Formats: sequence, C-alpha cells, structure tokens
Amino acid sequence: MSKKVHVQTNINGEAVDFLCEPRNSLLEVLRDELDLTGAKEGCNNGNCGACNVVMDGRLVNSCCVLGVEADGCEITTIEGIGAAANLHPLQQKFLEHAALQCGICTPGFIVSAKALLDSNPNPSEDEVRYWLAGNLCRCTGYDKIVRAVLDARNGA
Amino acid sequence: MATIYIPSLMRDLTGGREIIRIEGADMRQIIANLETAYPGFRKRLLEEGTQRIKPNIAVMIDGRNARRILIDKVNEQSEIHFLPAISGGG
Amino acid sequence: MSQNGHKVIGTRPIRHDGVDKVTGRAIYGADIQLTGLLYGAIKRSPHPHARIKSIDTSRAEAHPGVRAVVTAHDLPQIADKLADLGEAIVNLRDASNNVLAYGKVLYKGHAVAGVAAVNLHVAQEAVELIDVEYEPLPHVTGVLEAMEDGAPILHEDMKTTSMGEETDKVSNIANHFQHKMGEPDDGFAEADVVVEREFTTQTVHQGYIETHNATALWNEEGQLTIWTSTQGAFSVRDQMSEILQMPISKVKIVPLEIGGGFGGKISVYLDPVAALLSKKTGHPVKMTMTRDEVFEGTGPTPGSYLKVKMGATNDGRLTAATAYMAYEAGAYPGSPVGAGAGCIFTPYDIPNVQIDGYDVCVNKPKTNAYRAPGATNAAFATETVVDEISEKLGVDPLEFRVKNGAKEGTRRADGPVHPVIGCIETTEAALNCEHYRSSLDKTANGKVRGRGVASGYWFNFNGGRSAISVSINPDGTINMLEGSTDIGGSRASIAMQLAETIGLEATDIKPYVVDTDSIGYTDVTGGSRTTFGTGYAAHATGQALIREMKERASKLWDVPADAIDFADGVFSYRDDAEKRGTFKELASQAGDAGGPVVAQVSTNPDGSGGGAFATHVVDVEVDRETGKVDILRYTAVQDAGTAIHPSYVEGQMQGGVVQGIGWGLNEEYIYNDAGSMTNASFLDYRMPTTLDLPMIETIIVEVPNESHPYGVRGVGEVPIVPPPAALANAIYDATGVRLRDLPMSPPRVQQALAENGG
Repeated sequence: MSKKVHVQTNINGEAVDFLCEPRNSLLEVLRDELDLTGAKEGCNNGNCGACNVVMDGRLVNSCCVLGVEADGCEITTIEGIGAAANLHPLQQKFLEHAALQCGICTPGFIVSAKALLDSNPNPSEDEVRYWLAGNLCRCTGYDKIVRAVLDARNGA
Repeated sequence: MATIYIPSLMRDLTGGREIIRIEGADMRQIIANLETAYPGFRKRLLEEGTQRIKPNIAVMIDGRNARRILIDKVNEQSEIHFLPAISGGG
Repeated sequence: MSQNGHKVIGTRPIRHDGVDKVTGRAIYGADIQLTGLLYGAIKRSPHPHARIKSIDTSRAEAHPGVRAVVTAHDLPQIADKLADLGEAIVNLRDASNNVLAYGKVLYKGHAVAGVAAVNLHVAQEAVELIDVEYEPLPHVTGVLEAMEDGAPILHEDMKTTSMGEETDKVSNIANHFQHKMGEPDDGFAEADVVVEREFTTQTVHQGYIETHNATALWNEEGQLTIWTSTQGAFSVRDQMSEILQMPISKVKIVPLEIGGGFGGKISVYLDPVAALLSKKTGHPVKMTMTRDEVFEGTGPTPGSYLKVKMGATNDGRLTAATAYMAYEAGAYPGSPVGAGAGCIFTPYDIPNVQIDGYDVCVNKPKTNAYRAPGATNAAFATETVVDEISEKLGVDPLEFRVKNGAKEGTRRADGPVHPVIGCIETTEAALNCEHYRSSLDKTANGKVRGRGVASGYWFNFNGGRSAISVSINPDGTINMLEGSTDIGGSRASIAMQLAETIGLEATDIKPYVVDTDSIGYTDVTGGSRTTFGTGYAAHATGQALIREMKERASKLWDVPADAIDFADGVFSYRDDAEKRGTFKELASQAGDAGGPVVAQVSTNPDGSGGGAFATHVVDVEVDRETGKVDILRYTAVQDAGTAIHPSYVEGQMQGGVVQGIGWGLNEEYIYNDAGSMTNASFLDYRMPTTLDLPMIETIIVEVPNESHPYGVRGVGEVPIVPPPAALANAIYDATGVRLRDLPMSPPRVQQALAENGG
C-alpha cells in the first residue's frame, strides 16, 4: 500500500477534502470514500459512461481520472443535479418518457445530457445521438432516452 | 383413455408407435400403466427410486406444464407430451 | 380510462422506483457498505483447457493486507446431480466446479481461487501471487469441431444422453434430442420449392452494464447473508444451499437493485466465494467483477451451427421442414438448444417436421440464458429460408407468413397444440403498417438500400411460483412486498395490476422487493414470466383484499357480507344506497373492525398461455466499399396480450430489438488460436450506441392471453428474436447477396459482396 495524498476539492457545491492513494481513481474515491455511489462502474476503462461526472466544466469518465488529479477542481456528480423535491428537467423527462429500465446507466446519461444542454441548449437529434454515444445502455435501445433529452431542451 | 405422444427418441420402447392410449386418472397412474404396457418408461422418465419426473424432462398435459410430482389429473380427452425441459431467459 | 374498461391498466404512470434511479440514490449490488468490509478478487485460468497440478497460495497469504485465500478445496464435494432451480436445470457438481475449478480448468477465465484483503488493489496484487501449476491440454472452441471423433474431450466421464437414456459413448455431445411430427420425406416430395441452407452464429454476451457482485457476511452463529444483484433471490438461496451444502434456513439473500441481467444473472459466480472468504475471515467480504471478468468468466449465449430445410408448394403452402441444431454449451452441459428447438418453426403451421438438437461442450465459459435463449439463433436460420422460399414463389414474404401462420389449434413440432395466440394478427399488423407500405429508394449517396422482414416466437414460461404480501395503511394506500426482482419496471406493472383489481391508483401501491426471509418463494425474473406470474399473484391478492374488505364492511355496517357488492372501486350494500364506500374510505375504519388488514397470497398457475410472437420490418443502407450496414428505419410489431404499462412494453421491444441488432451486425466473442477471447472489453466487443440507431418504432398488438386474468403475455424476450434475420433479409434486398453467418460485420459483408459479385 502506498502513502495517501491529501486532496482538496469542491463537490456539488461543498468543499470536500479526502485522502487517497495515488492509484485510486476518482470513481473509487467518490464511491468508496465519499459515499457518492450514484456514479457507477460499468467498465473501468472509459467505454460505458456510467461513471460520468463534470470536472471543472468538462464531462469526464471518473474511472479514467485519478483522485489526486481532482485537487483544486470543482466536481458535479448525479447527486448534485437534483433531488426528489427539485428534480432537474432532464430527470423529470427521463421519468415521464420511461427512459430507464434497470437504471444503472441512468445517472451517467443524465450527467452527460446535462453537460450537453449546458453547452448547447437546443441540440438536434443527431447532436444528442453524437454526444451520448459515449454512454452505453443495454436495456432501452436508446429511443426513449433520446426522446427525453430532446423533450428537456429549452423551449421543447 | 388419455392420449400420449411418444417422443421420437423414446419410440424404441413402443415399437415405433407415436401415439398411444393409456388408462389413468392422474399422472402417477398413467406412468404406472405406461410402464406395464411398455417397460422402460419409468427409467427414462423418473428420477431413480422416486415418483418425480427427471429435471431434464418436461411433461405437458393439454398444453399446460404438469408438476414433477405426478399429482396432475388427466381425463379421457387429455393429451400428454414428454419434452426436453428447457431453461428460461431474462 | 384506458381501453377495455380498465382504469389503471394501459396507462403510463411514473414508476415507483423512478426518482431514486434518476437521482443516483438507488442502491445497486456494488453500492452496499458494511462495517469491517473486506474486498475480494478472483484468480482465473490463463488456459482454455488444462489440468491443475498444484495451487500454492503461500505467497499471497503472506502479502500485507491479505486476510484469506480460498480454492475449490474449501468447497464441499458435491454429487453429480441435476436440480431444477427455478427455471434453470443445473447440475450441482458442475455449478460448484464452475464457481472454483476442481482438477481441471475448462476455459480461459475459469475461476481457480479467491482472495480477501483490506482493499481491492491489495486483493488484486495477491491474485498475482497465487502460483498455479498447469498441465495445458488441447482445447476446442468450435461446436462442429467439438462433435468430431478425436476432438479434445472436456469431461472424460461424460456420455451422450438422449431423452433420459444414456449411451455408452464418451463425447463432448452432452445431449441429443429429436422432435418428429408427420413424415418430412413425404412432405418434401409434395413440395415444388425446397431450400436447404447452413448457418453459423457466434458467442455473444448479454452485456448488462452492471458487473456481477456479491457481498457476504457469515456470522458467528453460522447464518449467511448475501447482498447481491440477481434475477432471482430464491434461486441464489437454493444454489448457495446446494453448493455450500448448508441448510436453506441458514441462508438469507438480500436482492439489491439489479443493473441488467437478460438471463445472465441467475447462476451464481462470486456469491459462494465471498461466503467462504467471509467464513474464513469473520468479516463481510464484497466482490465485484471487472468488465473483462464478466466477458470471460460468466455465461454468454452460445455460438451455434444450424442446417434448415423447408419446402413449399407453388400455391404457397409449407409442406415440410427439418432442422439440425448444434449449440455450444460451453464448459458444462446446458445450452439453450432445447428452447431453440421449441421455437424454430413455431410461427408456422407445417404438417411434417423433424428437429434434431445437440448440446455440445466446448472450451468456452458455461453458457447461460440470454433473452429468449436459443430462439434468435434458430430464427436467423428459419426466417432467412422463409424469405428465400417466398422470393422463389414470387409472393410477399409477410403474406406468405400470414398464409402459413400458426393459430389456435395448430400443432407445434414438439407436440403441444397452440391455444389462443397472436401470430397471424401480429404479422398482419406488420403487413399493413405504414413503414411496410412505404416506398424505399434502392440507391442513395452511392450506397444501396433494402428492406427485410422476419418473425419470431418465444414461450411464456409456465407462470411459476410467486408470492405477494400486502398490508393496508389507514390512508388506504397499500404496502406491497414481492419477491420478483425488478429488472426493468416490474414493480410498476405488478402494482398496477393490484391497483386495477381493487380500484386504486397505481401511486396508491407502494411496491417493495424484499429478501428471502420476508416473502414466500418466488421464481426468477426471467422466462418472460414476471408481469404474467407475479401479476397473476397481484390479481389474486386484490381478490383476497376485496373479500376481506367485504367482511370488514359487513361488521361496520352490520349487514351480511354476501350482500355487499364491489364494482368500479366502490363497496356497496345492495339494500341501502347509504351504505357504500370506496376502498380508501373503508380502509380508514377497517382496522377497528378486526385488526390491521393484511393479505398474503401465493400462486403457481399451471399454464401461461400461448407465448409471444413478433414481426419486424427494417430498412438498411449498405456501403459496398466498407461493408458497413446502417439502419434507416426499424419497426417492431408484437403481441403483448394486454399491455399493462405501454411505455415499458415499448421499452422491452426497443431494447430487445437493439440487442438483436448488435447480435446481427457486430457482436461476437473473437477467439485466437490459443483459445483466448481477444475482445473482452466494451471498446472491442462492440455493442450498439446511440449513434448506430434510429428511433425504434413499435406497434403493440393485443390478443389477450386467456390464461391470465388481465390477458397479459410476457413481452420481454421475443423482441430479440427477429432482428438478425430481418437484417440479413434486408441486406439481401439491398445487395442481392445472402449472408448466413453472424455477425454481419463490415469485414464479413465486404467479403461476401466480393465473393458473390453483389
């Protein structure tokens, strides 16, 4: 076991300090140290998007970022996007469109889709499909996910 | 008498006959009478020393799955099939 | 109010567990945290076939932070015995040896040892320090090669069985069976057109996004608790009890949310190892698989070889069909060839049929169920042959299917007669849909375009065992406990059936999936049974509640219970219009008239009706230069019996279609000469993404299932069956070249076009 490193971050609007080994991924830190289990591990090599979070305004696979790299960064996870009392429009549209079945990929999709709408509030279907191609879902065939995102656009 | 469809690979026991008629009010009687008429069925169909159908064989009575423990009733018009048991999916 | 006079059924309420899932709060298997938790990892075989000469765990045990190491020697020795675990027929000795290899390893990735350590990284380091000495043996990974005389033998004591009879020949062929109806030779003699073709399909994986996981706590009193992600908590309990040879009362399974299964999360892999490690350490032990472990160490669905021959007369009548089906079982017997044989000709009325099925062991992971297991391989063969026959006869392929379609009274090749089914109705709906009636330009952008159709069938398994336990709250809402794990919205579809029965809203029911100590035995969520079987129990529970509420009203109103009616959600006394109340109104007082209102019901219906049929239409565009196939438009038509929650029925259809598209166009286990899978990652095992697909259009046909009180048919599995064949037929329409080997990936399409001048 190697020596742990002290890391200072801001997660979902709150200052958060943690200790981690240099080899720990940000995903491991979020899930195992900080109890933020909304980010899921599907592949641990950046192929499925289930662990996606936003780091300093950029969408990242948290399994491909080291915990120590998060030092000084602002991170938004699914837990920071909306809660039952104040769901984000994307979360509401996912529910209305039945855009989830097992739900394991859902946090990653919502984090990714929010990053898209934050940068492009009115994407076309092609743009949505292009943007979300880094998120795998095996249950839905994507139809209802794409519809939910389109329906959550400004003015949709 | 119930009508029993014999799977092709068990027709060695019935001299090649595909459809036979057997007396019996429930599956236990049917199997017993089948064994009397065509010896060998009990060994093929039941777990050794039990009154249970082998796990890899399914019994259907009139299109419905019969229970392994031979309690299902049959009537004069019943059609009974022995099939390879198959697993479900997701 | 929806169709058929239903109030709840047919509507689209927001699912009960939805908010937890869109906010990241839902607790899946890997999310559980326990005090003193250790982390486990598995040592796996690098060889596809080898004798284990020795396992030395001393270096691993000495590694700092390691708490325990286990091997197959820590598992009890189990007799060679078949058990019917829910819907899977399992040989318990094989199941045990698959969990931790004993004597031999039979595939690359076969588990040989487990480690528990203070964290995952230390456990993974320790895995590298376990020294296993192997004697590599020749291996075989192809089904036809494995059937040859002289092939490397996986199980030296295995002889081919045949409908209960064991032959005396040692072979990789575990089982041969046959269905025969009529005289196929006579049928072919009558035919004017006969087509016989050979097909191959490759091993594919269910591809659920959540990897397998299990967390075990073996406490000081010998009570074992497992938190896991499974399609059937009771099936896991059965397997644990058998594999660990411990009393069933000592095992409790807590099913957490499950991140996809599709048939692949029924067998246990990690659970017994985590249990042994917990027993040794006295701590809870959590194990999760990596993605490559999921590909190499769990059960995919088999590669196969099929030869199908069908004949028809010039007036368009099928007269005979035969099929030779050889499916890879993987390391241990038990491929879904039996199910495939039960489906292969089932959408058709054919008087003379023979089907021979072979279950064949190869040096690959033990296969497992995958959505309509066995049926997709089978339909790929049948549905492309039917397309070819239709073309030779010059008839529309869907009209040909309608003319030869199975209906009530048609005898299946495996014997039983169809009850009321929606085969022809489904095909007609496809024939008449706007997509099929639309025109398609055959060329565009320098690429060629084509349209294909295919049908498919999948059983609804016998309803199976389900239990439901409810208690009524004073506000008239209901807590509903169930044993069916919710893989894709079944909490909602079951709660809706209870709500419909007793005249409440879907939101008035609070469904909970509970552990094996808290509810009666419930079979796995699989075999398209849950909305049917547990919904059947929910209806029965509603009936029990109505009876109980009449008793309570009888006391409250001081009138005879049998003079109280229940209709449109209202209880009323026949002779006095004043004495009436809704379920909710009565609920607030009912507790005073006999204690809390509760009900427990379990059901095991002896039949599940006639199964599910689907017909799909697809338009593709083929790039002749690269061999890439793009999907322009896709329509899936399916008989759902009665759609309880249409959005989730559509979702099942769309999800199944896309898995079928992946199977048809890209997905396969690619093996090298050393018997090793070379693409065990989501990057290289290429599942469809958003970018590969259009919207998937759905048409739900409703031919009610007479075996269910609301007419439900299982909908989950059949939509995966038609896609590969529909795609092959569309590619033919576009290029004039027929592809008979899956997947129809760009290199294969390109090669086929080059060879055939297409």
